[in-house]
Amino acid sequence: MTETSRISTIEEHPILEYIRRDRLPHIFCSACGIGTVLQSFATALRSLNYDMDNMVIISGIGCTGRASGYFAADSYHTTHGRAIAFATGVKVANPKLKPVVISGDGDLFAIGGNHFIHAARRNVDMLVLCVNNFNYGMTGGQMGPTTPVSAITVTSPDGNIEHPFNLVSVAAASGAVFVARWTALHARRLTKSIEKALQKKGFTFIEVVSPCPTLYDRYNRHGTGLEVMKKYREISVIRNFSDPMQAEIDYRTRIVCGEFVDSEKPEFSDLLEEHGKKLQKGD
Amino acid sequence: MEKPILTGEMFTQGDIAAAEGALAAGCRFFAGYPITPATEIAERMAYRLPRIGGRYIQMEDEIASCTAVVGASYSGLKAMTATSGPGVSLMNETIGLAAMTEAPMVLVNVMRGGPSTGQPTEASQSDIMQAKWGSHGDYEIIALIPSSVQEMFDLTIRAFNLSEQYRVPTFVLADEIIGHMRERLIIPPEDELEIINRKKPTVPPEEYLPFKPETDLVPPMATFGEGYHFYATGLTHDQKGYPVMTDEAQLALVPRLCDKIRKNADKITQAESTETEDAEILLVAYGGEARTAMRAVKDARAEGMKIGLFRPISVWPFPKDQLKDAAANAQQVIVAELNYGQLVGEVERIIRNEVPVHFIPRVCGTPHTPDELMKEIRRRIK
Amino acid sequence: MLTRQERVPILPEEESEMKWRIVVNEDWCKGCGFCYTFCPREVLEKSDKFNTKGYYPPVATNIDRCVGCKLCEAICPDFAIHVEENAKSKKGEK
Repeated sequence: MTETSRISTIEEHPILEYIRRDRLPHIFCSACGIGTVLQSFATALRSLNYDMDNMVIISGIGCTGRASGYFAADSYHTTHGRAIAFATGVKVANPKLKPVVISGDGDLFAIGGNHFIHAARRNVDMLVLCVNNFNYGMTGGQMGPTTPVSAITVTSPDGNIEHPFNLVSVAAASGAVFVARWTALHARRLTKSIEKALQKKGFTFIEVVSPCPTLYDRYNRHGTGLEVMKKYREISVIRNFSDPMQAEIDYRTRIVCGEFVDSEKPEFSDLLEEHGKKLQKGD
Repeated sequence: MEKPILTGEMFTQGDIAAAEGALAAGCRFFAGYPITPATEIAERMAYRLPRIGGRYIQMEDEIASCTAVVGASYSGLKAMTATSGPGVSLMNETIGLAAMTEAPMVLVNVMRGGPSTGQPTEASQSDIMQAKWGSHGDYEIIALIPSSVQEMFDLTIRAFNLSEQYRVPTFVLADEIIGHMRERLIIPPEDELEIINRKKPTVPPEEYLPFKPETDLVPPMATFGEGYHFYATGLTHDQKGYPVMTDEAQLALVPRLCDKIRKNADKITQAESTETEDAEILLVAYGGEARTAMRAVKDARAEGMKIGLFRPISVWPFPKDQLKDAAANAQQVIVAELNYGQLVGEVERIIRNEVPVHFIPRVCGTPHTPDELMKEIRRRIK
Repeated sequence: MLTRQERVPILPEEESEMKWRIVVNEDWCKGCGFCYTFCPREVLEKSDKFNTKGYYPPVATNIDRCVGCKLCEAICPDFAIHVEENAKSKKGEK
């Protein structure tokens, strides 16, 4: 059997139809979890056979902010923190579109925190996929709104003294209709949650805890990205539908994963449309 | 369904006229945040848009408002926001993004006194330079300044047309005088309005390059959801829209973003010259201040003074050729503004040192009366 | 863009009766080690050869143990590995 005939039977990597191949390999570091999240998201699109003419992928600034540029879809890279505000404009202007925001913890919860809570409050239909690596990676590993107390970063060189957000708790309290947390290790469960969230109408939120082997995990002597993933395997527990307020996220003890919220609430663009129709009839 | 264009006459204020002008231009999306003295525009849009099949949303702040407008613009709607100086300060981040990603959008700034919270209910013209230089980096915007309620309507339509044609954020820079003044507004029938829509791609998606300009330096614009599957970013990008951090990419992009306005300036600039042909004294004023300046010119002419009025209607790009024409016979140029010296710098730059340029500032909430203006003019020219 | 020649199945070298085949794009692999560490059937191992970027991609030293769970595919951050059904094992196909 010749080499050529053997190779000709090989299929393409199944997710590549959703990816801008001319942009690969991507910029993410070895063992960074962002790539795994993109892989899970693309796998979910594939298993849902999602109509990509109805999706807009949007991200903010930072490592995860580069995510939108890798998808063969209508996609937009906003300024820092504004992905959700942009997504709101997209959804309201054309309700047939499903905005998906893929961004980082600093982008979504520090500079973009206000947009997050208000889009969740309004229940604007979008999926927000947050890669949480506990620091600002793109700028060199500064502390952010999710950095744990006492963690070392370049702007908390003597240990962080700020209290971090618990993202799933913020999302649930703000009114998100679907809230989940996984780690990059839970790639298949993450894919399932993304599938579920994409089929829901409303503000859905998934946090993915991810290694940052180049910065955060190195500063805090967590070892390689692989060792961080092994640690996730050791300390993560799945508690579906437990109280997100109690969903612990502590690298020393336990990371509570699972789907915490799955509820129904009228969606904003639907309400807007209904409101408009009523007024147009002259009611 | 109510009519989008309320053809006929009405007695109304400038803010309402701006809202009606936007609707007549085809605007179907408004995102905003309440702020004096621009709130009436949002109020009108909140009432009108849902009744004509458009969409109104009140966002959590001005940054979100402006960003939602860019999102709506990319989703295919003509979109706008309205605010005042403090709001523009927040929106400047997104104005840079809109300039960089070439999103058509209109922003009405009803100018109030600053800096900071300043005088919310008082008139001012102190955001002229903010409009031009508000966001960081090299870019161009368009800004039009109305002098009447009718012009609030007309120039809002023109702002949409220019914004769509050149894919550039466009300001209507009204002062509070015009925003809150009430006078007659005539809304023409729909078929008498000139409406320009953005160029759409004529090639199939696989051949589409979202940032490949045509000869007018403006690239055709695809819309989300049409199957073009394109990428846009605030980073320096190539014609594909992909981020590229090279000198070549920056050189190909940034000069074009500026030149699409600079090189088309003759098609964009707009100005009005009154009694300037034999004018030895040229008065320059715009917006609300131009109304009292006009009266002052008429009074002075009645006394035999050879004075004319030049009123820039587009301030960015500045109508410099029109100014040079108007100042052809002038021995002195006098600029009157409701600020402590903004557009006067641009006038000096164009007049150079050929004739003296005097400046009459006013840093409080009302325009000069014609008498005050004449007194100031006489004091300077003697 | 990736050419067909660049996508090399790491095993089997010979025609195999195995149901699953693991395909690695060695040049995209950044050597994180997720695939061979978390493979529940210990199908994969770290290669002793490095790629053009100096990373060590995986090799499937125990392909006969593969059950096609595709965890390696799901967890790979670099889209560099995927599992496919071996055409040989598909019924009705040559």
